[in-house]
Order: sequence, then C-alpha cells, then structure tokens
Amino acid sequence: MASDLRTAEEAPSSELVVVPLRHPWRWVSGAVILLVIAGLGWAMSGAAIQWEDVPGFFTHPVMLEGLLNTIVLAVAAQGGAILLGVVIALMRLSANPVARWFAVGYIWLFRGLPVLLQILIWFNLALVFQNISIPMLFSVPTNVVMTAFVAALLGLGLNESAYMAEIVRAGLSSVDSGQTEAAKSIGMTPFTTLRRVVLPQAMRVIIPPTGNNFINMIKGTSMASVIAFLELIHAANNISSRNLEIMETLFAAAAWYLVMVSLASIGQHYLERAYGPR
Amino acid sequence: MALVEAVGVRKSFGHTEVLKGIDLEVERGEVVCLLGPSGAGKSTFLRCVNHLETIDAGRIWVDGVPVGFRSANGKLYELREREAAHQRRDVGMVFQRFNLFPHRTALENVMEGPVQVLGRDRAEVRAEALALLERVGLAEKASSYPAQLSGGQQQRVAIARALAMKPKLMLFDEPTSALDPELVGEVLDVMTSLAREGMTMIVVTHEIGFARSVADRVVFLVDGAVVETGSPADVLDNPRQPRTRQFLAKVL
Ligand SMILES: Nc1ncnc2c1ncn2[C@@H]1O[C@H](COP(=O)(O)OP(=O)(O)OP(=O)(O)O)[C@@H](O)[C@H]1O
Ligand SMILES: [Mg+2]
Repeated sequence: MASDLRTAEEAPSSELVVVPLRHPWRWVSGAVILLVIAGLGWAMSGAAIQWEDVPGFFTHPVMLEGLLNTIVLAVAAQGGAILLGVVIALMRLSANPVARWFAVGYIWLFRGLPVLLQILIWFNLALVFQNISIPMLFSVPTNVVMTAFVAALLGLGLNESAYMAEIVRAGLSSVDSGQTEAAKSIGMTPFTTLRRVVLPQAMRVIIPPTGNNFINMIKGTSMASVIAFLELIHAANNISSRNLEIMETLFAAAAWYLVMVSLASIGQHYLERAYGPR
Repeated sequence: MALVEAVGVRKSFGHTEVLKGIDLEVERGEVVCLLGPSGAGKSTFLRCVNHLETIDAGRIWVDGVPVGFRSANGKLYELREREAAHQRRDVGMVFQRFNLFPHRTALENVMEGPVQVLGRDRAEVRAEALALLERVGLAEKASSYPAQLSGGQQQRVAIARALAMKPKLMLFDEPTSALDPELVGEVLDVMTSLAREGMTMIVVTHEIGFARSVADRVVFLVDGAVVETGSPADVLDNPRQPRTRQFLAKVL
C-alpha cells in the first residue's frame, strides 16, 4: 500500500490517468425533473382546454382594455406610493417628534391591514360619508368621487406607500453622514443635498426592493376585480361569462401577467445597472 | 478685524463639555495649525466654525459675520438651515475621510458646488474646474470616479472641490490621517502651495513637520481649551506648558 502511494506520487503526472469526478445524482435528478415536466405537458395536452382559442382571448378587445387598466392602475399606485413613501420616510427621519410619530402610525396602519380590506373600505366609503368636503372650500358627493379606480388606487397605493417609506428610509440611512457634511460644506441647502447627493446614492439600496414591490403591485391590481374594476381578471371573467371558456380566458390573462412581470424585471435590471457601484 | 474671531466658544454633547471657552483669532492670509491629543475638541471646533455644529455659548465671526446668525436691528437671529447653507459657501472644508461624492467623477465633484449652489454656467465652471484639477496635479484624472483614485488623489480632488467655491477660509480636519505614509506628501504639497498663495487656513494635523514649515501660528488644544499658542518655533521647540511637552514628546 505505502509503496504504491509513493510510486504514484513520484511518477510524472503526465503518465497518470486522470479520472474526473462523476456526478451520478445530477443525472438522476435532472432526469426526474424532465420526466415531471413531460408528464405535466402530457396532462395539459390531454386536458379539456381549447388551446386554439387562447390567442384570440389574449388579443380580445375587452382583454386589452383590462390590460391597459391594469397597467395604468399599477403604475399610478406605485408612482404615488413612491412619492408618498419618500415624504413619510423624511417625516420618519425628521427632527420633529410629531412628524416622526405620525410616520410611525401611518406605516403601522397602512401596512397592517390587508390590501383587499383597504380597497373595500375605500369603495364603500359612501356608506358612512355622503360627502367629501373641506369646510368652506369644496364638497363633493362621495359616490361620485370614489369610483372603482379611485378606490383601488387608494387601497393599493396607500398600502404600498407604507412599504416604500420603509424602503426609502433604509436607503437614506445607508448613505454615510460624511456625504451630507461634504454637501453642506460646499453650501448646499438640505433639499439640494437630498436631491443631488443622498437620494442618488440611496437608490442602490432602494431600487431592488422597489422592483420586487412593483412586480407584486402588478399582480395585486387583480384584487380590484372584487369591486368590478375592469382589470385583467375582471376582463377575463367578462369574456368567459359569455362563452364559458373560463380556463382559456384565465390562461390568456395569465400570459399577460407574465409578459408584464418579465418587462418589469428587465426594466429593474437596467435601473440597477444605471445606479450601480462605479 | 481678523477674518476669524472666536470668543468664548463653548460646546457640550449631552453632559460632557467638549469646548470650554475657546478664544482664537485668525488674520487674513494666516495659516493656523491646531494641535492636541485625541478628544481635545479640535474637530468639534472646526465644525463649529463652519456651523456643522451649533455652539452653546460664545460667538464666532467669519469676515465680520456671526456664524449661524443674522444681525438686524441690534439683534442676532438664528439662521434656518437654508440660510446657514448660504453662509457656508465662503468657507471650504476638507475632511479626514475625503467624503467625495462617489457617484460623480472627479470633475463633476469639483463642478458640483459652483453649478448646483451658485447656479453658474456649466461651461465656464467646467473650465475652472479643469484648471483646479490641473493645479492639484490631477488633470488626467478628471473623468475618474473616486473609487478609481488613490487616497492621496481623492484628497486632492476634495481640496479642489472646496476651492471651486472660491472660499475666504479653508478648514482642514486631519487631511492626511487616513492616508498611507507615501501619499501624505502629495497632499501636504498642495496645502503648502495654497498657503503660499495667501489662503487663510485652519489646519488640524498631526504632521509636526508641516506645522513647523507652513504655519504662521500653532495653537495647542487640550480638553477643550487652548493651553498654548505662538509661532511654530516657540511652541514646538520651546513648549512652556507641561501638557504641550508631553504631547510633543509622543508625536515627534
Ligand atoms: N456628535 C457627537 N456626539 C457626542 N460626542 C461627541 C460628538 N462629536 C464629538 N464628540 C466628543 O467630543 C470630544 C471631542 O471630539 P473631537 O472629535 O472634537 O476631538 P478631536 O480633538 O478632533 O480628536 P481626534 O484627534 O481624535 O480627531 C470627544 O470626546 C468626542 O467623543
Ligand atoms: Mg478630530
């Protein structure tokens, strides 16, 4: 034994046969995964689905209207949430204790309640407040203002703004205080410091979770279907209520979600690169 | 009137008094080196001069203007942060840890103040900024990001960034303490030539050689109070106070 080892060590390496490490389990697990996929595919092809109808539903005018509404709702709710989130984050970090406590309470409330519940509350606001008014300035009937779109926008946007506030706060806190001091020392006002120095650096921390949240937002718009807002799912239901091809229309809607989420992921990738480390 | 006049400056953090009544005058064109042991309050004093800290008592005037206040009808009104920012334009500051803006190139760092704060024309500022980078020996690094520069180069960009505001006064807080020994010289050279050109400077440093050759006056600070002040030759070679002697024995 010992002499064998020695000869092996002493022999010139070129004369030795090299046996690469084998990975039998990779082959086995790979095969199992492929089998499962094939099985699913086979089940799908055998399922009672009219596949040839799906492309038609994909481009159905009602579906396209739902798609547009979904995009508008998601973008408006996320955009508003980002702006509000920045404001709440600044309040959370402010020297004013009242502002700080307000921010804490705001986040506690709007993050604490289910989005669906918030949408329903906004949509039904007319039951308890007949008019929305600021004394001596204006007054409008609640049921005129609180359309399905507005209720969904408030429900989704306010909930999201609470999350955005936390994301923005983490981003702002991640920027070294020396940066603020350097900005001050060249005479920058607090606002310019925030805009030119702190926020651009905070972006690196803010963008990845915001991208994830936006993807959630795109899917979250589906909750607006419960108040009959014509987003994708409601559009799919509208179409299938006439032809009863429920699965086919749902699959067409599903395809649109995947398209939107894929595009959002690509956009996030480029944003991350633009604000990435130099 | 001296360019900087500090009278009875006091500052506490919580219950600890860090500055215990500092009096200091700095004439126009004068270079004053602030020496003293760690925790003496040197950084805190510099930060007060630039109103990065508010003082609890006493007063600091820079070019006749009370720092952090506006005087009107015989009263002093405390400034809002926006107005304080306006005051800081005239005072440049260089930090131990450089604090360059990492998301902007060397050139953009230098241009940031004149363009964003003074609202000046970009093309004009660009030419000036390039000249400043040239002056600190970094013309060829204009388009580099801070992360691509050595510590000494970053600190020279930081000096150029402060100079771009055409300050009346430059504050240096241990500008070479974070540098590798072989990079210290290049930064001190820039500071020396700045001093020769007549810039008024307050420099916190542990570089005794620099203090000896460049400073007009050395101020020795211990526990928040000035214990000795005078020409470099007097204070560094013939210290009268035991605290000064102790400190110099350690650093020399
Ligand atoms: N923001 C702050 N909060 C609380 N204490 C502080 C703060 N800044 C400084 N101090 C304290 O004030 C004292 C003086 O600090 P300062 O930084 O001015 O000393 P220094 O002379 O610059 O020392 P060094 O040579 O170590 O830089 C120290 O005891 C420090 O702990
Ligand atoms: Mg210090």
